[in-house]
Amino acid sequence: MHPIVRTVLQRLGLGLLTLFIVSIVIFSALEMLPGGFAEAILGQSATPETVAAFNKEIGLDRPAIVRYVEWIGGILQGDFGTSYAGAGGNIKRHVSDLIAPRLYNTFFLAIMAAVIAVPLALTLGVLAALYRNSLFDRIVNSVTLTTIALPEFFVAYVLMFFFAIKLRWFYSLSTVSESTTFLEHISRAALPAITLTLVIIAHMMRMTRAAIINLLASPYIEMAQLKGIPRRRVIVHHALPNAWAPIVTVVAFNLAYLVVGVVVVEVVFVYPGIGQMMVDAVSSRDMPVVQACALIFAATYILLNLSADIISIITNPRLLHPR
Amino acid sequence: MTELENKLMMATKLAARGRVSRRDFVQLAIATGLTATAGNLLFAKALRAEPKKGGNLKLGLAHGATTDSLDPGLYYDQFTGTACWGTLSNSLTEIDSTGSAVPDLAESFEPSDGAKKWVFKLRNGATFHNGKPVTADDVVASIMHHRGADSKSAAKSLLEPVTSVTADGPNTVIFELTGGNADFPYIVSDYHIPIMPKKDDGTADWSSGIRTGPYILEKFEPGVTATFKKNPNYFKSDKGWFDTVETISIKDVTARTNALTSGETQYLHRADLKTLDLLKQNPNVVIFEVTGYGHYIFVMNVTQPPFDNPDVRNAIKYSVNREEILQKVFQGHGTVGNDNPIAPTVKFAIDPQPQHKYDPAKAKELLKKAGLDSLKVDLSVAEAAFTGATDSALLWQESAKAAGIDLNVIREPEDAYWDNVWLKKPFVASYWAGRPTCDWMFTTAYAADAAWNDTFWKNPRFNELLVAARAETDDAKRAAMYAEMQQLVHDDGGLINLVFNSFVDAHANNLAHGDVAANWPMDGMKIAERWWFAS
Repeated sequence: MHPIVRTVLQRLGLGLLTLFIVSIVIFSALEMLPGGFAEAILGQSATPETVAAFNKEIGLDRPAIVRYVEWIGGILQGDFGTSYAGAGGNIKRHVSDLIAPRLYNTFFLAIMAAVIAVPLALTLGVLAALYRNSLFDRIVNSVTLTTIALPEFFVAYVLMFFFAIKLRWFYSLSTVSESTTFLEHISRAALPAITLTLVIIAHMMRMTRAAIINLLASPYIEMAQLKGIPRRRVIVHHALPNAWAPIVTVVAFNLAYLVVGVVVVEVVFVYPGIGQMMVDAVSSRDMPVVQACALIFAATYILLNLSADIISIITNPRLLHPR
Repeated sequence: MTELENKLMMATKLAARGRVSRRDFVQLAIATGLTATAGNLLFAKALRAEPKKGGNLKLGLAHGATTDSLDPGLYYDQFTGTACWGTLSNSLTEIDSTGSAVPDLAESFEPSDGAKKWVFKLRNGATFHNGKPVTADDVVASIMHHRGADSKSAAKSLLEPVTSVTADGPNTVIFELTGGNADFPYIVSDYHIPIMPKKDDGTADWSSGIRTGPYILEKFEPGVTATFKKNPNYFKSDKGWFDTVETISIKDVTARTNALTSGETQYLHRADLKTLDLLKQNPNVVIFEVTGYGHYIFVMNVTQPPFDNPDVRNAIKYSVNREEILQKVFQGHGTVGNDNPIAPTVKFAIDPQPQHKYDPAKAKELLKKAGLDSLKVDLSVAEAAFTGATDSALLWQESAKAAGIDLNVIREPEDAYWDNVWLKKPFVASYWAGRPTCDWMFTTAYAADAAWNDTFWKNPRFNELLVAARAETDDAKRAAMYAEMQQLVHDDGGLINLVFNSFVDAHANNLAHGDVAANWPMDGMKIAERWWFAS
């Protein structure tokens, strides 16, 4: 079997195991939290009778083990179950129907931010390495480090103040729905995407710069320079290919962050992504939704890390042919 | 008449036609010797003269969650309340700007048999959004939705005293109650009890979103938005002026403020008190403050020592500096409480004497009377009870020292506060949104057998009066009884009422309205029905 295929299969197997463990951890954590769905939804107006009626209807009166086994049995058949909210009468809200539009929005924003941030970070990183210790290098470094050091919500408020209130170029609210057109979606998501770009760019840029500078001390680079190859070509054609592995790992890490860690930006811009949904679901103890979100987040991490590893292997022939 | 007054009169006429801005008008009013508030009121009055059709209203609300449901029994906060009730639905009655229950879907209501039997006549010509006329059967199904053993409705305990609800012909509904209740029309105005169409199996159809209100539901995305379009067949021709209404859940207060100032929304629910002065300077924004029935409180469990001694309770009541807390924590947006849960605007409210003011000497004296030199008590607080609970408790801790009371403030987890702390710990921070009648408030939280009697106070005289006043239809006699009851809670109960909080909102200056109801924020959550765009 080709070594890459074997690695992929191995990692996917381990990934499934991880997902299984995640589901147990999340389920038990939710069970340990005080209060249940009925108490959370009814709040101050909960009485023992209404809570009991509620729990009976959504099946929370049964033991935790039974509920978990039922749930995981459903997952294995591709059924994510129904949300506790809106359960009642003949109305069931399927978790997959609830999550699908939110997940689309989250991926839309993540991809939009990535499309801006990744090329920008790589270019800036390469240029910073090229003009190391110059004024340009210093400016790029300090600006990106400043934006990563500021809390996301602050960056968001500053952008909102200038671009939405003063200049009125973009919307301050990013509410989108299924009827939003693609172009409007882009303009609505512009400010959140720029915020996220500013937040993640420093990490990727610094890693690119460091990885390349690290390689510049290698003998083969010295050789290339002695041959009289222009500096720019040395970096892009000789140093960069060998620097991909650490860069890709950092990029994957940041992409995963774009999917799972943007709840603050979602709240500030009222963008209906999956983060807000998971927070709401946790605070109301809506177990099926929390579980589904947790699995999606874990799977995102696993898949992105796997692709990062595969890209590093492919870009490094030595890893392709291990002895 | 002076020249200025002449000008003001002309401006009033122009304002009615939307030709003068609020700012110019108020400036002119101030020049004629009126206060700014009076000028604002006059302007609102002038605008009120001619409501105008049209416009797309967008409300930025501080509430809403992805777990929200169209099931009225589960309407949780002011997002579902404003969107799925005030905009979409009607109850049998509604609370008007004077705080009285007036007919809404009902045309009239009549008590008999000592207010034990209530006959509601329905309006002719009211229809659901699908064109079906509203009948008595629909009303019965809608009420029954909250009753029965499997009900998980928040209104279940509210409707507990109803023994039967029956249809008498297509237009009459008869309620039979376990005991007389002169305030029953207030009960059915609750936002959890809208009228829904009856399905073939006899139950109420809550899930389709088909109701009777001024706007028709177009899209409901829980936790994000709800959008509505005008109901052309609405049964009140003089209500529901907007073309479309959108309610948007914006939990972050800065984002909500930005949405208003950038013109994306026209209404800001729950303004940020800390930056209110900055918002006031915006010429396109009007601050809108209404003192409601809600009150921020601390409750003592009177069955547990040391709170089982009335002198200790009163000593604690005198050790709070309510005025200081109102100014420092709530920036003056509210009215100090006087350990009476009935808001001053509610019918039959009194201001019990002596006023419970900060008086450390008196508190010490009362402690001595109880045989104590000093007192150490634990107070459980969390922001889940009300925003500012922790700060209020810490300020109180300082002022209580002078009275020889050592308050040990315990910060409880926000999560599941109502479940684990409220009604469980002996001395906690709490909140009541208030109720539009004395009876409703007392029955909910102060009656001996109330599920939410959070002070565990069981005063025989109070409970005797509660039942007697409920069935009494003579207003003078009721007033006397409710006055005595309020005095009893004030003197003997376990309630420390810090403040009646104001709803501090803001809106675009082209929104106009008549006299506003105070039972809920946003004109009793019926802003979409009652307000309009002046220009």
